[in-house]
Amino acid sequence: MPFDRSAVAAGVRGALPVLLGIVPFGVITGVAMVASGIAPLAAMLMSVVVFAGASMVASAQLLASGSPEALVILATLFVNLRFVMYSASMRLHFAQAPLGWRLLIAYLTADNVYALILGRYADRPDDPSQLGYFLGAGSLIWVAWQLAVLAGVMIGAGVPAAWRLEFAAPLVFIALSVPFLHDRASIAAALAAGLVVIAAHDLPFRLYIVVAALIGIAAGLACERRTA
Amino acid sequence: MSIWITMLGMAAVTFLLRASFLVLPPGMKTPPLLRRALRYVPAAVLTAIWAPELLFSGGALAISLHNERLLAGAVAIAVAWRWRETFATIVAGLLALHFFDWLL
Repeated sequence: MPFDRSAVAAGVRGALPVLLGIVPFGVITGVAMVASGIAPLAAMLMSVVVFAGASMVASAQLLASGSPEALVILATLFVNLRFVMYSASMRLHFAQAPLGWRLLIAYLTADNVYALILGRYADRPDDPSQLGYFLGAGSLIWVAWQLAVLAGVMIGAGVPAAWRLEFAAPLVFIALSVPFLHDRASIAAALAAGLVVIAAHDLPFRLYIVVAALIGIAAGLACERRTA
Repeated sequence: MSIWITMLGMAAVTFLLRASFLVLPPGMKTPPLLRRALRYVPAAVLTAIWAPELLFSGGALAISLHNERLLAGAVAIAVAWRWRETFATIVAGLLALHFFDWLL
């Protein structure tokens, strides 16, 4: 599968500012896993094989409270259900790539990479440069994430809470989501999702993300139909 | 022992979710409705990820001028809307958080 180097470089450049949010989030994830009693080596291995921060923080909380394995795995399923939607999106862009590349793309698909690809290629899903862009952005984010988790695992509870770096994680998602609010229908989708979060926040296992996504999508489609 | 089983389960579940649509045969067409619906996934899902961090405090709804994360988030949204710069948005949001923290 050929891909040009300038596209890889563009992906790396595109992902650089995003690291500002990923690194603190990774450090926090590492700290949370060790604090919940997971051995440092196991925490690091989990970060590599799972590679999904929100679900690892959620699992750490559940493991710390002595939850059974099955519940932790079920919680992971729900927290990460959004990846099914990302997978369907990525398929529009990469369906023609060989299976091996698609498996690698699947493994590297994280919130930030997904948002970067959609931000750049949503209007041209057949652009041949996007595989290189994905690999550039995805690899940089992967490496930065693992190093950040490693730092978190090693310093444990040593990050001063007064820095409030935990707030960097939602800020990344704000920075990634706002550019998608480019017409009435997508603003309606975001507003509906926000309202559902308020109403459904008490659902277990962060299920409100899935409910908010479905209702937000329905709101976007309804708004599109009315204005069309 | 149990941490390894948990880890294996988490890894398998997460990878299967990520691979779900990507591993379907290339010839399969994406239905038009699904294609249209996918346009709204980023706006809806990404918003649902950050919204609770601004709107809730200690597990309770906190829509008030005393919630410094909500105020800082509003600053970040304004910066993101105007300049569409990830770096500027994060820096502005963190500075605003410390400012409102100091002010309130």
